Amino acid sequence: MFEDLVKKPAAWLSGEGENSEIVLSSRVRLARNICAVPFPSVAQSGEREKAVSFVLGAIQKSSRLASGQFYNSCDLSPLDRDFLIERHLVSPEFMKEGNSKALYIGEEEKISLMINEEDHLRIQALRSGLEIKSAFELADKVDSELSSSLEFDFDPDFGYLTSCPTNVGTGMRASVLIHLPGLVLTKEIENVISQVTKLGLTVRGFYGEGSDVLGNLFQISNQTTLGKSEEDLIESLEKVTLQIIEYENNSRNTLYRDAREQIEDKIWRAFGILQNARVITSTEVTNLLSAIRLGLGMGTISEVSLSTVNQILLISFPAHLQKYFNREMDPNQRDIQRAELIREKLKGTT
Amino acid sequence: MLCDDCKKKEATIQITQIIDNQKMTLNLCQKCAEKRGFSSPFAGVPFPLAEFLSGMILPGPSGSSAGKKGVPRTEKEPKCPNCGMTLSQFAQRGRLGCGSCYKTFRTQLKDLLRKIHGSDRHRGKIPNLPGVQMEYLKEERKLQEELKKAIDEEDFEMAASIRDKIKNLSRMDPFGQEKK
Ligand SMILES: [Zn+2]
Ligand SMILES: [Zn+2]
Repeated sequence: MFEDLVKKPAAWLSGEGENSEIVLSSRVRLARNICAVPFPSVAQSGEREKAVSFVLGAIQKSSRLASGQFYNSCDLSPLDRDFLIERHLVSPEFMKEGNSKALYIGEEEKISLMINEEDHLRIQALRSGLEIKSAFELADKVDSELSSSLEFDFDPDFGYLTSCPTNVGTGMRASVLIHLPGLVLTKEIENVISQVTKLGLTVRGFYGEGSDVLGNLFQISNQTTLGKSEEDLIESLEKVTLQIIEYENNSRNTLYRDAREQIEDKIWRAFGILQNARVITSTEVTNLLSAIRLGLGMGTISEVSLSTVNQILLISFPAHLQKYFNREMDPNQRDIQRAELIREKLKGTT
Repeated sequence: MLCDDCKKKEATIQITQIIDNQKMTLNLCQKCAEKRGFSSPFAGVPFPLAEFLSGMILPGPSGSSAGKKGVPRTEKEPKCPNCGMTLSQFAQRGRLGCGSCYKTFRTQLKDLLRKIHGSDRHRGKIPNLPGVQMEYLKEERKLQEELKKAIDEEDFEMAASIRDKIKNLSRMDPFGQEKK
């Protein structure tokens, strides 16, 4: 399953879109529940089935969702599940235990629907680069189309009703995946995170060994969903993200001025390792690609394109790698195959 | 740095949020992060709801405050007529059972939502609803905005008259009839 997806790069990591050297991707997710059916966590299996068939019926009536694929989660192997999680098409929660779950993947993976996750329906729009507005517009249109044949739980005071009260109101979570090596290297990142959280946004960083941030990647999202319109929430996330991009660029200028040789050395060594390694872990790849992405942004390196960097990032994840070679591998075999595949992808780049 | 939850393993994930006007930073190991749902750089963002609910004015599982009034808490406790969920079940699970739970626990939820979101009123999208309901919601929202403006401008006479209008409007609440 998903053989066609694995061979091509994910559209949301194409390297296109605004500020895509710094913002990898934008995502908007809407939570909806179907009126008069209990939420999935307490629903009987018959009621969960009902939610699946209601949504399926609505998808079939929607012209915008005419060309996608529909999957029942019970037909997915553990490897398929990990693959979908790595590819951001489903949440890890969705793939946990529980029956009567289903998934719809739209054309070019721009839209995906999870049925019977925590809520009956999660509509997700994914775009490459800083494209929160266009991601929202797409999710919003799909929501409107589906709501012409589905009645969603809605309360005049509380808005869209969700299983967890932290999602109620708009039911919307908008986020960007952002690459901030400059702020990490100049140690400004703590300061920036502190400011951003004061503005009602949540920031997450991911630490590898020691105190290094894995791949210098952060996720920024709206924390609250009630009391503001979707447009206001999106606007504030976009404004703050643009501000962070400016800080990041300032940090890069400082680095370039004060430690140019050291930074360039880091970038070129990363490139050398990826071109020559014979055994490499997914974590190491993520960190090395961070240096190369920085090099692309600063104009240090032009031997490789942003879309190739993104493609290597995704294909290096364990489930993607196994899907790509169409066989299961233990971690040692994966590290060897990964190194070989990356050498292949970077061949002819010098 | 050790994990805030288990205090045993090295923390690998840091989450920073402002909650109820207080900055909160959590450092978690992979396992504990997964338990809370923060599993990968690409996963959605859950919210530390448990901390909130434990601070909510809710009956404890043993019903400690019930003893004072001499009424067993289990009988007094509101229960959703549709899915059967009680308030203490909600406090333990952090998840509601159905749309009607929001009606049943409206008062308690209003407090909770104000703490989580800083608001208890939806200002976003209104779904495609039958014409009457849509008109009603639009009218109500317009009056609410006018009321806010009148109060900001300290025009209390105007505010009082808008409040009357809202009251009149709620007498013909089109949502009141459609019991689910
Ligand atoms: Zn732990
Ligand atoms: Zn209920």
